[in-house]
Amino acid sequence: MNMRITKHPILGDIEYDRKVKIYVDGQELEAIEGEMIASALLAAGIKTFRYTKKHHAPRGIFCGIGRCTDCVMTVNGMPNVRTCVTPVEEGMRIETQHGCGKWKEGAGDE
Amino acid sequence: MRVWDIVVVGGGPAGLCAAIEAAKNGARVLLIDENSRPGGQLFKQIHKFFGSAEHKAGVRGLEIGLQLLKETKELGMDVWLNSKVCGIYDDNVLWVVKDERKSFQVKGAAVILCTGAVENSISFEGWTLPGVMGAGAAQTMINVNRVLPGRKVLMVGSGNVGVIVSYQLLQAGAEVAAIVEAAPRLGAYGVHTAKVRRAGVPFYVSHTIVRAEGDGKVERAIIARVDERFKPVDGSEIAINVDTICLATGLTPLAELAWIAGCKFVFNRVLGGHVPWHDRYMATSKKGIYIAGDITGIEEASTAMEEGRLAGVSAAAAIGLIDTERLEKIAGEIWERLDALRCGPFGENRKIAKQQVMAGGDEQ
Repeated sequence: MNMRITKHPILGDIEYDRKVKIYVDGQELEAIEGEMIASALLAAGIKTFRYTKKHHAPRGIFCGIGRCTDCVMTVNGMPNVRTCVTPVEEGMRIETQHGCGKWKEGAGDE
Repeated sequence: MRVWDIVVVGGGPAGLCAAIEAAKNGARVLLIDENSRPGGQLFKQIHKFFGSAEHKAGVRGLEIGLQLLKETKELGMDVWLNSKVCGIYDDNVLWVVKDERKSFQVKGAAVILCTGAVENSISFEGWTLPGVMGAGAAQTMINVNRVLPGRKVLMVGSGNVGVIVSYQLLQAGAEVAAIVEAAPRLGAYGVHTAKVRRAGVPFYVSHTIVRAEGDGKVERAIIARVDERFKPVDGSEIAINVDTICLATGLTPLAELAWIAGCKFVFNRVLGGHVPWHDRYMATSKKGIYIAGDITGIEEASTAMEEGRLAGVSAAAAIGLIDTERLEKIAGEIWERLDALRCGPFGENRKIAKQQVMAGGDEQ
């Protein structure tokens, strides 16, 4: 499923030549360099980003500007990353988050 | 701790204009924004703005954004991106966290808060399902990220945001199944509403959403007619097959920093709730703290830019870069433009609300 808008009456047509590979729950996915994680996921038709701690209810994108924290996922071992305001990087490992997530040892260190 | 003449928090239309105006008048400016790129919500506004030529009417929001970024660069101010202001202390000292890991204290002889607004949501059964989102979120996805959040959309709310985003969803190739409006009449500028109507989108006035249904994601929306007390009428439910439900139910000013700073607040319904009191120079009740844009009440990018300019000039005057006479002249010109923008059936209400805020009292 490709949800990308490559033709647009105002913004014009677009072709992407700079792509990066990311891994979503272990699955390789092609993303556009510089785009937000949430955008790459929606482009691939992925709508569920995490499950809540108590009721295991699915959550996805909600505010799109980094305010609501509904779209958080575990990124490179670091939980609670706001995917709508975090750009993709080559080789990034993104996981559907369950509850508050778990820190992978060393994740987030410089 | 590093010190600047003027620190601007938020790089949307108000903040960019405030920073530009302050820098033009000789201030050393630091502009802080939590996003990786400045511009706030300007870059998702691909429609043409209203107003007169000096308000850049007829120019699209994203083009205005590019112009402002160019000016910002030419003036050579300091810009910190990926930087969140997490606290504000006495004497205009700000606590900033940069890149999620580095902590700084910065100080401005004057601080201008241009933190914008956040979308309101309404709750209903199923509203947490993936596929229910703010209309602004969908707008960001289609116009900035160029990704469709879904193929078939129900829009809740017929105000300007609701109809403009509906039209932009159509431009992006999505289908808008319907627009529901709880009030008995439509809420947006006629020109925007007419475009969506001409495109064949059905409007349901006196209707609201009662439920989102689906297995793990939105598959259906149930709407119903509401009575004069906005309660859904039994038996009036209609099921609409959609994969996305957008909520265009207003905005609330993001004023946390002004609260923390201890600014005096005023409640005003027309402007979106509690807003910091300010005078005609955009100064708050706290010395050296200025505000501009949606933090002062929900309006439009065009008014936010004028308020930003006013705050930038006032702050520059407060630190002695502009004399009183010149400040009065510039403020007068900006107020003429603000008054011109705040006219017509929508603008007039905002003009009155603004006067109420500046008068310091709660709404009558």
